Amino acid sequence: MYSSMRLFARPARLPRVLSPNFPTYASRRFLSQEAREQISKAVKADPVVVFMKGTPDSPQCGFSRAVVQILDLQGVPVEKLKTYNVLEDSELRNGIKEFSDWPTIPQVYVDGDFVGGCDIIMGMHQSGELEKLLEQHNILPPLPDATPKTS
Amino acid sequence: MPISLKDLENALKNAIPISHLEIIDQSSGCGESYAVLIVSEAFEGKLTLARHRMINELLKNQIAQMHAFSQRTLTPKQYAAELAKGNV
Repeated sequence: MYSSMRLFARPARLPRVLSPNFPTYASRRFLSQEAREQISKAVKADPVVVFMKGTPDSPQCGFSRAVVQILDLQGVPVEKLKTYNVLEDSELRNGIKEFSDWPTIPQVYVDGDFVGGCDIIMGMHQSGELEKLLEQHNILPPLPDATPKTS
Repeated sequence: MPISLKDLENALKNAIPISHLEIIDQSSGCGESYAVLIVSEAFEGKLTLARHRMINELLKNQIAQMHAFSQRTLTPKQYAAELAKGNV
């Protein structure tokens, strides 16, 4: 379920075409085009993608724990859920905030669309919206007692 | 510098009309963790995600300095309904 994402590992030596004092546009605050594309690919690669602190088995933050518990409670199958541990990659930790334009972790994506952080997931869980959303995206298996109506 | 309750309150009240505001410091005083309930007519017609984005933008500088920030955003009408249900 979990794999680390070394999106931002740069080659040890970049060719020094520019003078050493040239301000690099890949400076810390801005997400490079390459990193942006990799995150963009990652959020679309799995039906449910969660950027969290820690792993589902060992969450390192109460908010991240709450989100994976809710997804588990909703019955999201493991094969449809992918989580990334931002604590293992500080550039991902900051990059994802900029990518989503969202200041906090965890962050949940469904079919490539940003759904929200812990507060929103929790609220949607309580209101039933989350179940609806997951059903719409065919992420939840059909209910066992759901008998198709026949005439 | 730690973020104070007053900082958050002022930043919100200066930006949008607030009809009710609850700010809970969950950090036991270090200013690292807050939960806020914001009731504002500015949320009218906006989905939760858009409301949260609005607040995230308003409190951008403060949130960047915190460890945890949790928000609930209601319109006055929703707040009245939640009060009636005893959810707030």
